[in-house]
Amino acid sequence: MNPTAKPEATDNREEWPLWEVFVRSKAGLDHKHSGSLHAPDAKLALEMARDVYTRRQEGTSIWVVRSDQIVASDPGDKDMYFDPMEDKVYRHPTFYKLPDEVNHM
Amino acid sequence: MQDSIKVSTDPSVRYLLRLGDTCLVHAQRLGEWCGHAPIIEEDIALTNIALDLIGQARGILTRAGQLGGQQFDEDQLAFLREERDYLNPTLVELPRGDFAVTTVRNLMVAALLELLWTRLQASSDTEVAAVAGKAVKEARYHHRHAADWLVRLGDGTAESRRRIEAALDRLWPYSRELFQPDAIDDAALASDLGPRWAELRDPWLAAMRDALDAAGLGMPAETAFLSSGRMGIHSEHMGHMLAEMQYLQRSYPGGAW
Repeated sequence: MNPTAKPEATDNREEWPLWEVFVRSKAGLDHKHSGSLHAPDAKLALEMARDVYTRRQEGTSIWVVRSDQIVASDPGDKDMYFDPMEDKVYRHPTFYKLPDEVNHM
Repeated sequence: MQDSIKVSTDPSVRYLLRLGDTCLVHAQRLGEWCGHAPIIEEDIALTNIALDLIGQARGILTRAGQLGGQQFDEDQLAFLREERDYLNPTLVELPRGDFAVTTVRNLMVAALLELLWTRLQASSDTEVAAVAGKAVKEARYHHRHAADWLVRLGDGTAESRRRIEAALDRLWPYSRELFQPDAIDDAALASDLGPRWAELRDPWLAAMRDALDAAGLGMPAETAFLSSGRMGIHSEHMGHMLAEMQYLQRSYPGGAW
């Protein structure tokens, strides 16, 4: 969403939409999920995220995403989704012999 | 009961008190929103702004206390002056009102402070210039935040628009005082301490026009009313506000925690 665009209407609902906030702490690092907040539109969501989640120098960049735009896995699918990986240790790259010169792999 | 201090009438001191008191008193009123804002996010935003302003006031009052042959610290200046020795424009001492009043005042003050801090970065007083260098970034954000709220209230519901128009009608007459030229301003210009506030009128009006246009609101008409807080002659609200603000230091001198 373009934060400089004219604020889109929030169809006059009682409740403002929920936004998820992602903050990058310094250049080169990933944006990490910090929390969520209510805001009427994208631009104010960014400003509120700045005011709520970067008060102690936590950030150099902020993303906000409307929570209802996030597609999430169903907690009920947890067994089916994730348990099959339990016995596949060979997927971890821990069986390779590394030459001594290669540090910090 | 702690006695009042008497501050210097040196024009440099008075110029800095006008600026520092604008930040201090505006912050005191904004602080009244703590725990009362319409939403928690804005509650935090308003107190963030208040704390930025307190930081600005501290820097400027500290400097004011060192000039004119006096030695007062920021706390003495903030808490131990008589009402007539506060030189903030009347605009910032008016009761906080509803959220529309607060939004309009935030915009009016932030636009003014942004212009002042921008110019004060080149002040002949290096301490003032240093405060300005930090403060200008804060004021820029305060300005944007208030302008964004103005759009949402002006262009929101019939009720929000009614309130924002009422707030403009209420506060606009107090803007005239901001740009009244006088000898204190002239002295600041002559010593390169800072700009005459009167010179900032046109860019301030342009900034207000931009914000009002974006919100679909018209410029209020200029009125003949002229407030006088910058001369130390305040509204009836100032004494009540100071009584609350000064109570602790007056009753428990030097109290800290």
